[in-house]
Amino acid sequence: MADFPLVYERSKAGRRGAQPPAPRRFDLAGALGEENLREAPPRLPEVSELDLVRHYTQLAHRQFSIDANFYPLGSCTMKYNPKVNEEAAKLFSDLHPYQAPETAQGALQLMYELQRDLCAITGMDAFSLQPAAGAHGELAGVLMIRAYHESRGEGEQRRVVLVPDSAHGTNPATAAMAGYEVREVPTGPGGEVDLEAYEAEMGPHVAAVMLTNPNTLGLFERRILDLARVAHAAGALLYYDGANLNAILGRVRPGDMGFDVVHLNLHKTFTTPHGGGGPGTGPVGVKARLAEFLPVPVIERRGDEYVAVEDRPRSIGRMRSHFGNFGNLVRAYAYIRALGREGLRQVSGYAVLNANYLRVRLKQLGFRVPFDRVNMHEFVAQPPEGLRTLDVAKALLDHGMHPMTVYFPLTVKEAMMIEPTETEPLETLDAYVEALRQVLERAARDPDYLHGAPYDTPVRRLDEVKAARQPVLRYRFPEDEAA
Amino acid sequence: MSVRYHPHTPEDERRALEAIGAGSIGELFDDLPAELRDPEIDLPPGMDEAALLEHMRSLAERNRTRGPDFLGGGVRRHFIPSVTPHLALQSEFVTAYTPYQPEVSQGILQATFEYQTMMCELTGLDVSNASMYDGASATAEAALLAVRHTRRDRVVVSRGVHPETRAVVETYLRPLGVRIDVADLSPLTTADLPLGDDVAGVLVQQPNFLGYLEEMRRLTDAAHAAGALMVAVVDPLSLALLAPPGAYGADVAVGDGQTLGNPPSFGGPTFGFMVVREELLRQFPGRIVGQTTDVDGRRAFVLTLQAREQHIRRSKAKSNICTNHQLTALMATVNVAALGPEGLREVAAGTVERAHALAERLTAAGFAPLTGSRFFAEFVLPVAGPADEVRAALAQRGVHAGVPVPEEFGLGDAVLLAATERVSDADIDALVAALDEVGARRPAAVARG
Repeated sequence: MADFPLVYERSKAGRRGAQPPAPRRFDLAGALGEENLREAPPRLPEVSELDLVRHYTQLAHRQFSIDANFYPLGSCTMKYNPKVNEEAAKLFSDLHPYQAPETAQGALQLMYELQRDLCAITGMDAFSLQPAAGAHGELAGVLMIRAYHESRGEGEQRRVVLVPDSAHGTNPATAAMAGYEVREVPTGPGGEVDLEAYEAEMGPHVAAVMLTNPNTLGLFERRILDLARVAHAAGALLYYDGANLNAILGRVRPGDMGFDVVHLNLHKTFTTPHGGGGPGTGPVGVKARLAEFLPVPVIERRGDEYVAVEDRPRSIGRMRSHFGNFGNLVRAYAYIRALGREGLRQVSGYAVLNANYLRVRLKQLGFRVPFDRVNMHEFVAQPPEGLRTLDVAKALLDHGMHPMTVYFPLTVKEAMMIEPTETEPLETLDAYVEALRQVLERAARDPDYLHGAPYDTPVRRLDEVKAARQPVLRYRFPEDEAA
Repeated sequence: MSVRYHPHTPEDERRALEAIGAGSIGELFDDLPAELRDPEIDLPPGMDEAALLEHMRSLAERNRTRGPDFLGGGVRRHFIPSVTPHLALQSEFVTAYTPYQPEVSQGILQATFEYQTMMCELTGLDVSNASMYDGASATAEAALLAVRHTRRDRVVVSRGVHPETRAVVETYLRPLGVRIDVADLSPLTTADLPLGDDVAGVLVQQPNFLGYLEEMRRLTDAAHAAGALMVAVVDPLSLALLAPPGAYGADVAVGDGQTLGNPPSFGGPTFGFMVVREELLRQFPGRIVGQTTDVDGRRAFVLTLQAREQHIRRSKAKSNICTNHQLTALMATVNVAALGPEGLREVAAGTVERAHALAERLTAAGFAPLTGSRFFAEFVLPVAGPADEVRAALAQRGVHAGVPVPEEFGLGDAVLLAATERVSDADIDALVAALDEVGARRPAAVARG
């Protein structure tokens, strides 16, 4: 089969796909200076509008998505992204960040109300909507923790951030980026943080503990109040990684559990589209004693006016330009306002119901469940003895289903982490179980079959070693190859 | 009645609970601390779709966006052909996840490979990542890269780098104890760099925040003579005309991609880009797509060189960055492919021509725009009275113009005026008339520059 062409390979000199307003006659070199001009134009594709439409439509068809496929990636919360949110976002897409604030009051009011809604949902006292992604929110959060300790004269003394060994990779990477030494706390045999080991690591040298609850095994940390008490007694702060908030929406709040700082992933819990890898959005919330450190701008209400306040002397500063990923703030706000209080509770209820249903059904099929108790929005399984997770995952692709998250958390061998979300009907979950049943059956009959899967996808298994050893990171033009 | 996105009927709920062996959904939450369960949450009741849209429209109507537009400061409303959002915002792209399963993600992976190629061509450098959050955070990541690569602990930043970008650089570098020195403008472009053998990187924006063209070759040579890396912060649209960072020897090009085909969206989401010389690949943050083959020998694309990233390296990663800004980068990819080299050049050339037409018209009308240095899409206009009041007064007359120039530039009361290829002569007349009406004229003799 022939290679699928690049847009560059569809290019023919002289074609074009769009016609901007024609520039008037003008002496560019005179205005910009000959020495500032580029010598040769950049080599860019030249295609007609129809070529362009065919190319990117065919590319879209070489792609799985929630709108077309079940996508139960653990810890990623791939739920349906409501279309009405896209309509809402369009109403605000033409706003310029530097237009007079008097002409952007609707946008500022929306941000103000979203800050308030997120406080209500998480039990925190103040929010900033600046960070552009979950990991970006984590960085803002840990920088605030650092600023807090420095303000109390304990900046030098508190050099360590504790993370569970099952944590998302961003947690330790973030702590290191904020200048901290990272120490791991082991998971106990029951799948929860080992409280004894945790207490042993705790002390006046610890700045913070980063936790997700439910944790990455999909289990609720039942000793959370003890974990918080121990941290606070030692003067450390508790950081909540909001990746798994979908499980507890409306049921229990991070702020009430003792967390001091939280980031949320609007692209997970609050349905802003994942976009194939971003833009995400990662607002950060804090308890009152940390509010002065929030990244700017923070939106305040002064009388009838909404104001983006930059001048907050103890703020950690800016995390990015302008008002954060505003377009996604509109989507998340629309989602929260559509559901209301009761709707949010139903989200967690059906997310947990679906995940437990799938756990039970997979167990019946012969999958192993290392922590076999009621789980939250996701659970971790292992394939039946003798099968590899990678092979099972690849075989699922031939059934039109996206695999679960594989080989994470790192603490479970051959881990499969499954999160169906609340937006999937039982029929889809049953179809997933049936697909897995067929995969196991085929594997029993013909063990080699699985190693070759997938068979029916646009391309089959890739040579990833070659990609890394002989990196080809851009198109090579024929004339460059010749030279 | 509120919207609900879960499909469960009472019968479904019964069937699932029976399979699990639980009596109610509430029972599934028994692990939660009893004393904290089911808190009172202060939120309004939900809305149906019609009520929701009405509410969103009423908020949107409190904003005003119509009217002649001269806003800049790094974000501009350029022409975006209809075909761009139609293709980039197909739901297969919008609702996909990160392409961790390459066999079913070739759409996004290949489009990103095309994106990386375009960014290399525009900047004249070797390797592009798959995009980052925005221009400001990408610039901060570039400063960190310079610190890692040179193992030095001072960074020199031109004051011509957007003030918000400088603020982000400071947020990122401060906890690591890296010193930041600001190089002043004299009066509109970067004069001397406070260099030394402890400088890891030099950050200069082209065109600078005020709109003027820096002498990038001279500044790059100076940075290199001190053993520092040169980071060029560039407007990617300008690279249709201006010398690319690779041509003047820059080591890293970063910037915000909004001008390549994303709506302003109140400043976000846009995307940041970073392109580097090949020698810096080991220190490069962010996702990268590479080409390889599948088991049948077909060309295919995959996320590669992941050994630098947080999910593998954890606390030893080059950055904690996890996502890119795939969808907004895809908007740019499709838009650049739609325009092609000639169309992109026309957008850039139209922008330059309109900005110069605006400056001439202002001068002719007795204003004193600062045109002593060469400029691209925008320039400084000194005004009588506080800049934010001038902007507000113009807005009242339906004209969007006048990003305030911060005090630190020493230009007194002044605003930035930007143009795009979409600006008409009538728009310019409207701005000039409105500036007169609001009493913004500052006599030429008083204006500096």
